[in-house]
Amino acid sequence: MIRLPLVLFLSATLFATGVYGVLARRNAVLVLMSIELMLNAVNINLIAFSQHLQDITGQVFALFVITVAAAEVGIGLAIVILIYRNRETINVDEVNLLKW
Amino acid sequence: MVGQESAETLVKAIQDPSWFVQYSWLIALLPAISAALTLFLGRRTPGKGSVYGIAAVGAAFVLSLGVLWTFVGGERGFYEASIPWFQIGQLHMEVGVYIDGLTAVMFVVVTSISLCVHVYSLGYMKGDVRFTWFYVVLSLFTSAMLVVVLANNLFQLLVGWEVMGVCSYLLIGHWWEDPVNSGSAIKAFITTRIGDVPFMFGIFVLVFITGFTTSNIPAIGEIISGGGASVALVSAAALLLFGGTIGKSAQFPLHVWLPDAMAGPTPVSALIHAATMVAAGVYLVGRLFIVFLDADPVVLQIVAIVAGITMLGAALMAFTQDDIKRVLAYSTISQLAYMVAGMSMGPAGRTGAFFHLFTHAFFKALLFLGSGAVIHAVHSNNMSEMGGLRKYLPITFWTFLIGSLALSGVPPLAGFWSKDELLVVANHEGHPVLFVVLLLTALLTAFYMTRAVLMTFFGDYRGHGEPHEAPRTMTGVLIALASVTVVAGLVGSPQLGAVFGKWVFFEELEEALFVPWIAVVSTLAAVLGILIGYTLYKEYRAPDPLTRLGGAYGLVSNKFYLDDIYWKGIIQPTRDTLSAGVYWTNQHILDAEVNGAAKLAVVFGRGVRWFDDHVIDGIVNGMANIAGFTGGLLRYIQSGNVQRYAAFLFTGVVVLAIIFTRI
Repeated sequence: MIRLPLVLFLSATLFATGVYGVLARRNAVLVLMSIELMLNAVNINLIAFSQHLQDITGQVFALFVITVAAAEVGIGLAIVILIYRNRETINVDEVNLLKW
Repeated sequence: MVGQESAETLVKAIQDPSWFVQYSWLIALLPAISAALTLFLGRRTPGKGSVYGIAAVGAAFVLSLGVLWTFVGGERGFYEASIPWFQIGQLHMEVGVYIDGLTAVMFVVVTSISLCVHVYSLGYMKGDVRFTWFYVVLSLFTSAMLVVVLANNLFQLLVGWEVMGVCSYLLIGHWWEDPVNSGSAIKAFITTRIGDVPFMFGIFVLVFITGFTTSNIPAIGEIISGGGASVALVSAAALLLFGGTIGKSAQFPLHVWLPDAMAGPTPVSALIHAATMVAAGVYLVGRLFIVFLDADPVVLQIVAIVAGITMLGAALMAFTQDDIKRVLAYSTISQLAYMVAGMSMGPAGRTGAFFHLFTHAFFKALLFLGSGAVIHAVHSNNMSEMGGLRKYLPITFWTFLIGSLALSGVPPLAGFWSKDELLVVANHEGHPVLFVVLLLTALLTAFYMTRAVLMTFFGDYRGHGEPHEAPRTMTGVLIALASVTVVAGLVGSPQLGAVFGKWVFFEELEEALFVPWIAVVSTLAAVLGILIGYTLYKEYRAPDPLTRLGGAYGLVSNKFYLDDIYWKGIIQPTRDTLSAGVYWTNQHILDAEVNGAAKLAVVFGRGVRWFDDHVIDGIVNGMANIAGFTGGLLRYIQSGNVQRYAAFLFTGVVVLAIIFTRI
């Protein structure tokens, strides 16, 4: 049996990595991947607590999150492709037309 | 024979009212509906809308006969029904009907004369520019008069009374293109209005007597007969109400409008200014008779004096008129005074007065409609341009003659019986002066009617063109009215039981008396008048024989200078002095005030405008500028960089998380 704090530590580390990726990476694909990291950190949390509390609800939520994440990535990548076709770049800091 | 029924059994509500009595409000409603229909659909209807009026008034006439039948059948009570109208504080207003024998008789008089006039006008008004409008007002007038007749409260009566006044004004001024006609209409309206002001105050006094709770006529009667009001108050009310009668029934000194009202079309003169509306003043006194009976005796003496002056003065003025309609107009004034004089002689006189109103309505309408046929034929109102018309207008001549004899009081025609009854009452109740005046007036009446008949129908024709008999709608009405004139008097004849007195009475039945010597004297007076008239006018030559009287003739032909006195004494001072003064005040004082106020307002307005431009607008613009400036600073947050937004978002989440975990 793995101890809960260790799992939570892993999850927090993953989440922090994801946050860093979202805020600091320029490549849109990497930003999407970082979002995926954050979602999976949440999934780990959900399953850990589900195991800890002996309650199946957390696992059900994790399944939902996985589904949503798949859809999100599909749409996100489609947007990235369209941006690339239009702007010849996928650097998010260069996609800043909507400003003052 | 009739006095045995005691008062208690008489003044009761009708136990089992017939359909006609219960639905008597339809009688007043039908002509009103026809007025509306004629107004909106009249021009598009065949006959230009006259069918509505004739149908509605005809139906009302049938219903009226149904109502009268109840009383012919021996009913002596009354029927009252009302619905609430509105309420002001304690004062309950209602709309209702009060039906007794008097109402039933008045229904029949008004609807029958109105029906005759509606039919007669088909011929007389044919081709008139405002034919449809004429029928609208005619129907409206009929409805208003019926509202007055059946009203069970004073405010409803006043409404009908004033609508009648308006219709009278509209019809006198029917041919308003001629300023003479519109002037006459204004004169009639304003003169009757002078009488209406005291009338309204009289109503207020009566409502005051009830403690401002109701204007119901029977209720007021009960309070007064129960001693619930001081004699002074009742006397004041009676005198004020009589003011309304003086105006509407053209009594001295407000009689001046009626002769001028002859400017209207002749059917109107017959309906409104002879048979019905002018009788409303007499009806008012009779309906509120308790007020006059319980007032100080001086009030009835004043009524008698006014009536006496009016009947003699008007009869004299009829002598000098050349206009045939004006002769009849003065005759109407005189005969109305006859009725008012009857009212002043107590309950028996009241019955006599209403009997005279009843018979007078028929023969005076007949005379007016006959004169209309004459005017229709010769296109002139002046008797000096007529003469010899009995050859050209035989039907008109014979019917007019019957009417004249009835008015003169020749037995057994209608006028004889009613005049006789009034004379008998005057003798019986001890009014010797009034008796003499009534008799003298009867003589004068016979004289001027003889003069009118001789000047119009005998001798040689003095006018232009070839006169022709009137169309059948007109002569038919004349024949119908003439036959009624022959028989109408019989309902009040003592020999036949005087049934009229059983329909119209005040609290208890009066025994109808027949005094042979009075009948003989009144007949002699009539015959004497006719003989004098015949001697003077059997061969009429241009200067009227009466002009030989010199100064007296001048006095009478100038209407006792009453019009001049009113003109110089009241109208001119009002117009030249009062109006001029008011005008000057208006121009120099009121206008100065108004202009000064306006200038002040302009100066003040400029100040306000400066304040508005600089202070109010300054504040508003300042606010907007501040908002713009801060907005300009804030917009740099909108960088377009998604990652920076995400950083803000995470920072916000972290801050919120810290705050919430602290709590």
